[in-house]
Amino acid sequence: MFDLTGMTALVTGASGGIGSAIAKGLAAQGARLAVSGSNVAKLEAFLTELGGEGHVAVPCDLSDAAAVDALVPQAVAALGGRIDVLVNNAGVTRDNLAMRMKDDEWDQVIRVNLEAAFRLIRAAAKPMMKQRFGRVISITSVVGQTGNPGQANYAASKAGLVGMSKALAQELASRNITVNCVAPGFIRSAMTDGLPEAQKTQLTARIPAGDLGTGEDIAAAVVYLASKEAGYVTGQTIHVNGGMAMV
Amino acid sequence: MSETADRVKKIVVEHLGVEADKVTEDASFIDDLGADSLDIVELVMAFEEEFGVEIPDDAAEKISTVKDAITYIDEHKG
Repeated sequence: MFDLTGMTALVTGASGGIGSAIAKGLAAQGARLAVSGSNVAKLEAFLTELGGEGHVAVPCDLSDAAAVDALVPQAVAALGGRIDVLVNNAGVTRDNLAMRMKDDEWDQVIRVNLEAAFRLIRAAAKPMMKQRFGRVISITSVVGQTGNPGQANYAASKAGLVGMSKALAQELASRNITVNCVAPGFIRSAMTDGLPEAQKTQLTARIPAGDLGTGEDIAAAVVYLASKEAGYVTGQTIHVNGGMAMV
Repeated sequence: MSETADRVKKIVVEHLGVEADKVTEDASFIDDLGADSLDIVELVMAFEEEFGVEIPDDAAEKISTVKDAITYIDEHKG
């Protein structure tokens, strides 16, 4: 089950914590990847770490609309003419209390997290329609559902992805293209590793599973949604959060 | 019948799965041939590929019959 042999996937933010776990998860099931990110050196290093054959790196600055519009055609060409899976994983935060939030803190987060995802899906829908097969998976966040103080921009962008995915799921379902989201809770990463012990204890107290999640927990949900077996699942969000929010 | 017309009709028959004799020049994609808006997008993509023409969105919106498509392509193909 969940064999992705012969499939190709574009993963944004692939050199990050969750993104690299997703890329490895998809590759482990046999998919050929185009990994994207803004830091070229980090991306090349990740491609080497990924190993295997047929994977390519396609760097892109997701805050640059023209570059985003060019990314899918670039990836399709590099992957030999197919794009079966698009994973919108890249995301940024510019946290601030709403009253203090600058226009560019709002704009940057919406542009990278939401608008870039829309541009990529719009571009990928064309080849996916022709193939009569496609899997679009956007990585959202538990805070898109619950909100979080200091993250009005981030929460809005993540909730926006959910609504957008539901609309696109309806537009594309008849062409065997599914559009879904995976919503991580607190995931172990360089950011959470740096938290003071007291704060970590407080954080985990809110999680019924009693621990932070891992990138692999998220990757498993993405692999499932990317698979042929998940073809009847569309417009949904899989929450992977140890039970910290049940929706 | 022009060569363009033949190729357009062939694409319509293949994409919409309709009988060839239903694809008259006056036939409307949506009203007569049962196409939905997504089918129209796909047909336009197929025309672009077949004839090597670019059909911008505002032109695509005006193509509602088989004849509209043939006329546009004849006027714009290289």
